[in-house]
Amino acid sequence: MTATRPSARSGVDRPAGPSPLRRLLPGAPATAGPRGSTLLRHLAVAVLAGTLVVLLTNQLAPYQNLQVARVCAFLCVTAGYTVLVGLNGQLSLGHGALMATGAYTVALVQRGFDERGTQGRWILPLSLVAAVAVTALAGLVIGLAAARLRGPYLAGVTLAVATLVPAVSTIFTGVFNGEQGLRFPAETPPAFLGAYFQPERWLAWIALLAALLTVLLLANLVRSRFGRSLRAVRDDEVAARLAGIHVARTQVLAFVVSAGCAGLGGGVYAVLTATVAPGKFPLELSLFLLMAIVIGGLGSLAGAVWGAVLLVALQDLPSLLTETFSLPSGLAQRLEGNLALAVFGLILIVVMLVAPGGLHGAFRTLAARLRARRRAPEH
Amino acid sequence: MDRFLFLTFGGLSTGAVYAAFALALVLIWRAARLVNFAQGAMAVATAYVGYAVAAATGSYWVGLGAAVLAGLLLGALVERVLMRFVGHANPLNEVIVALGLVLLIQAVLGVVFGNGYRPAPAPFDTDALTVRGVAALSPYDLWVLGAVLVVVVLLALLFTRTPIGLRMRAAAFAPEVSRLLGVDVGRMLTLGWALAAAVGALAGMLVVPTGLGLHPHAMDLVFVVAFTAAVVGGLDSPAGAVVGGLLVGLILSYVTGYLGPDTTPLAVLVLLLAVLLVRPGGLFSSARARHV
Repeated sequence: MTATRPSARSGVDRPAGPSPLRRLLPGAPATAGPRGSTLLRHLAVAVLAGTLVVLLTNQLAPYQNLQVARVCAFLCVTAGYTVLVGLNGQLSLGHGALMATGAYTVALVQRGFDERGTQGRWILPLSLVAAVAVTALAGLVIGLAAARLRGPYLAGVTLAVATLVPAVSTIFTGVFNGEQGLRFPAETPPAFLGAYFQPERWLAWIALLAALLTVLLLANLVRSRFGRSLRAVRDDEVAARLAGIHVARTQVLAFVVSAGCAGLGGGVYAVLTATVAPGKFPLELSLFLLMAIVIGGLGSLAGAVWGAVLLVALQDLPSLLTETFSLPSGLAQRLEGNLALAVFGLILIVVMLVAPGGLHGAFRTLAARLRARRRAPEH
Repeated sequence: MDRFLFLTFGGLSTGAVYAAFALALVLIWRAARLVNFAQGAMAVATAYVGYAVAAATGSYWVGLGAAVLAGLLLGALVERVLMRFVGHANPLNEVIVALGLVLLIQAVLGVVFGNGYRPAPAPFDTDALTVRGVAALSPYDLWVLGAVLVVVVLLALLFTRTPIGLRMRAAAFAPEVSRLLGVDVGRMLTLGWALAAAVGALAGMLVVPTGLGLHPHAMDLVFVVAFTAAVVGGLDSPAGAVVGGLLVGLILSYVTGYLGPDTTPLAVLVLLLAVLLVRPGGLFSSARARHV
């Protein structure tokens, strides 16, 4: 196999043009270069998106807010994952296990404080930071091995990692409590929000904050020198090395960043239910995450948002179908869970065959075509 | 010592199944330069067919034949309908499509047959025979070893002694030249997939009664082990796949026997990492230049 491969996804890297936001805000600061400060631009988008979602959560029922929270938790994971797979070309199938690492870290830290009778609002952020740190460390270990592996070999090794979760939780049953998993104190809204504040809304806010921080950080990282190194390594390792990029270091760092995001996502995911169990992190979870980033468009953060939304929405599909069409109970029971799997599998295959750029890539192509048509008469 | 012997015999028997599975992976790797991550799910699907037919006809052997036939068909179908149309610009694409196939096959099996365990009776006694007080192989183990041996010999004969085997090797080794010389490379590729899936189907039929049970996720771990076996032997070498399979079977048998069954996935990961980091090409690799 030759090391050179034509970059099929180079369409993802849009050449620098006026961003939509710049057109919306003509007065945006133009001090840092011709396109304005990337950080400020991304910050503005994040604040805008955050405000919109917070306004949305005020209108939603508890279950819907929980779904928003789940989307945000998955967004932390998919955003980091798409950077690794799409921009750095390393296919990991172990992100479900990395999520589990983060989730168990949160559970263990929170239980540790709870057993000592310590309470405080700072325990949640502390446990999440610990989750990021521990998972990033796990990512470092896997990444060090991954930097020496390519393509299917890396996929195989990380697949082996993904099968590890139930085994590890059973071997160290004293720490992880085997199949049963761990419970920890549920997160409650702070007192100043009022006694009747919807707890699910508070959870959605926590998850939203985590997701916004993750995406903001990654968006800036992708635009930075490091982001360009990631893409250079993906497209041609030899050329990247000739250009002075430390290939192995870039790959390991990409894995560490991606793992840290997965740990945060997993930690938030655990906080939503205040439990962790190995059954929540099966092998399919890793494949679901892959589906999410493929359908959104590999390497695109906007695509990661699409993917996270679909991940949550499609899992509710079977119950919706059962209610709408009043299926016989035997069939309904077999469809439960399996239908989502089938749809995910089909989507994965069809998107890969028909639109390797994913939803976001398809929209972008469409938009470009429309723009070209609008511009055509001017020539 | 008795326990060691018992574990050795058990390891050889499961190792034979891993060898067959690894062989299926190697066949596709040699033909198409891709690791078929859907191998496990495809084998489960054919095992379902096999045991459904066996239950309907009352004969294990008819079921086995049906499973192998289903494997041939499924392999050809997957190549003709899916893999042929996957863009080769990025080596990840094939892996992703194969993983989509895993989800799809497992879901369809779950909808049609249910997610629970289904009975999968063994054709022979699975209790070990005792030779001079030492528990050795069971009749079923002997059948497994014999069946895998026959398949390996048949495949070796096919590839080294028949014109079609020569064409298949040529198509895999130098597609352009073979095409110029009149070999239908596309058909050889389909045939390679069909053969590999049939071998996988046999391996699936053999492994299911050994305490694994028949359910949609039966092969998840088996696939990882088989991948490890193929990597240990070198993805390019059929002989390596057989040796790798037996070796991995033995190692896992000792690990499971002495440290407990929960440690198996951990042992697989350690083994896989050790081989890939120390000798990435596998035990049977020849030195290869990296093209730029």
